[in-house]
Amino acid sequence: MLREVTDSGLVGRGGAAFPTGRKWAAVAAQAGRPKYVVCNADESEPGTFKDRVLMEEDPFALIEAMTIAGTTVGAELGFLYLRGEYPLARARLTAALAEARARGLLGDDVMGKGARFDIELRLGAGAYICGEETALFASIEGFRGEPRTKPPFPVEAGLFGRPTVVNNVETLVNVLGIVADGAAAYRALGTAGSPGTRLFCVSGNVARPGLYELPFGVTLRALLDLAGADDPAAVLLGGAAGTFVGAADLELPLTFEDTRAAGATLGSGVVLVLDRTVALGPVLARIAQFFRDESCGQCVPCRVGTVRQEELITRLARGAPRGAVADERALLAELGQCMRDASICGLGQTASSAIESAVARLKVFADEVTP
Amino acid sequence: MIRLPIYPAAPPRRPTDGPVRDVALTIDGAAVQVPEGATLLDACAAAGIEVPTLCFAANLTPVNACRICVVELEGARTLVPSCSRKVEAGMVVRTDSPRVRTARKLVLELLGSSVDLSAAPNVARWIERYDAHPARFGPAAAPAAAGARDAAAPGHHHGGDGATAATVAQPAKVDNDLFVRDYGKCILCYKCVEACGDDAQHTYAIAVAGRGFDARISTELATPLPDSACVFCGNCVNACPTGALVFTREFELRRDGQWDEARQQETTTVCPYCGVGCAITLRTQDNQVVRVTSPLDSSVTSGNLCVKGRFGWQYVGDRPPPETK
Repeated sequence: MLREVTDSGLVGRGGAAFPTGRKWAAVAAQAGRPKYVVCNADESEPGTFKDRVLMEEDPFALIEAMTIAGTTVGAELGFLYLRGEYPLARARLTAALAEARARGLLGDDVMGKGARFDIELRLGAGAYICGEETALFASIEGFRGEPRTKPPFPVEAGLFGRPTVVNNVETLVNVLGIVADGAAAYRALGTAGSPGTRLFCVSGNVARPGLYELPFGVTLRALLDLAGADDPAAVLLGGAAGTFVGAADLELPLTFEDTRAAGATLGSGVVLVLDRTVALGPVLARIAQFFRDESCGQCVPCRVGTVRQEELITRLARGAPRGAVADERALLAELGQCMRDASICGLGQTASSAIESAVARLKVFADEVTP
Repeated sequence: MIRLPIYPAAPPRRPTDGPVRDVALTIDGAAVQVPEGATLLDACAAAGIEVPTLCFAANLTPVNACRICVVELEGARTLVPSCSRKVEAGMVVRTDSPRVRTARKLVLELLGSSVDLSAAPNVARWIERYDAHPARFGPAAAPAAAGARDAAAPGHHHGGDGATAATVAQPAKVDNDLFVRDYGKCILCYKCVEACGDDAQHTYAIAVAGRGFDARISTELATPLPDSACVFCGNCVNACPTGALVFTREFELRRDGQWDEARQQETTTVCPYCGVGCAITLRTQDNQVVRVTSPLDSSVTSGNLCVKGRFGWQYVGDRPPPETK
């Protein structure tokens, strides 16, 4: 199992794109017991809805994948941390878990094969930060949802301080195809650096918004043609923590390596399309407001930096900069660097990403004219 | 300062479960050797490099929340907090690179523009050293009314028009005779929470409430301290690096402009209340006790005291009125 997952080249779909096989192998190699499997189903990135669709349409797939993960790495208990605002997914997962236990697919003797594995369903309470894996652990443990310092990484000291595999829903569900058809078949789709397929959450100014599964390597233009985007003036890839690209970037192949080389990200698969009728200034102000609301408040760069960023973007969006717009842009860049370099977790580190990319690529706030 | 030789100051002892190896690393181009288990902050100190810290205290678990101690570690994507990051062989660290200077400058500016740092030692010097200008985020917004910050709900802020810089300014909480909570000076370093909880007192009377910029130190349901689980040990006051938690007498003297460190002295002695023998340091002004601490390196207290040793000194100043002499 470990070899197949490693050979498949599967990487995490939650946003950070870490190789799943390496994560599993690291936990499998840990001698201590107990170990845990945690499924991060706290899908909170604005514009992301892929995990909700997966869990609502096929809850058993996730249960099966978590069981495979648990038996592979030597964990007997899994936690499924579900976003609190997903009542339908909760109902269907609850029913599926009960059914799986009744049929011997979970419990002390899974499928009569002598392995023990069960899953506990835990609900988030509406905090974006609890999608960060260490804050998610704190939340399950009953503490305030605040991220923890890494190292130690979850594979060494994760949930309850134990070795923990933590994977996104889409990542886990991908394992089923790898198990059924093998790593070679999985690699037949996608590119060498990004094998397999990807779920894209397409929304915004398109004729056919929704969830699209396409092989990695498809261009942004091909995806937008499928969805019917007539005038993609700005496209937000990866959600509020992602990056904006523009009409000049439509030939970008949607892979981890190509987006990284272009200074963009696939993140959690968000493709939010805005046409030229949308004023980007207020959109950026809304993103800045979101990060100020969702910062947990633990570290200074994020707690105060997201406030100063919101104030600054609000000034620019109102067309009332303090001094020259160029000075405000320079201050924004310094703020962004501090948040990216010195924040504890990914929230603060990416809180200026979309805003700075819009300023750099799309020339929002480029001059003294109100956008 | 009078300092009686009661407890020899010894460095904190390491667990002796085997030989301790030295770890070699490079800091600012110089080779440094420190025992394994040391932090980058320890290593910088060994190399004679001053690293600013706010949320770090030798007797508390590092929470690395203030981020002013960050250093650049070769191979790491982000800067790393030196107060909590353990040394590893071969690390190459820079403590004064442009990235480090920018991060520290911004941390000082972000704090300086949102919190009253006037009572925080060293900060003025660091602001000069890193050329920080807190005022460039604009004029300070109006202070919050009493209790307004305690009522803030997560995810529901009113951002305003961006013309002013939001602050944590608010009236000081005076709800008991022993110490004042002046949260307009709070940088949310978590030290008081740790001292109240796992690291010293295990009372858990205070914790962080709220989220983001509305996060604040609070008792349960924001009740006044006398109605809370607080046992008034004052270990939180001892831990506070910015004067947000302050002895009532010190608060009054500072408020009235009477606080004068030139007229003060410190006397280390032993608490006479019980047989434990806690080392205490009495800070006096005009022969009146204005603050009581305990040396962090005292083997008896590790800097912690109880309500009697911390606050029970009014009788020292109770002298007969002059006319009865």
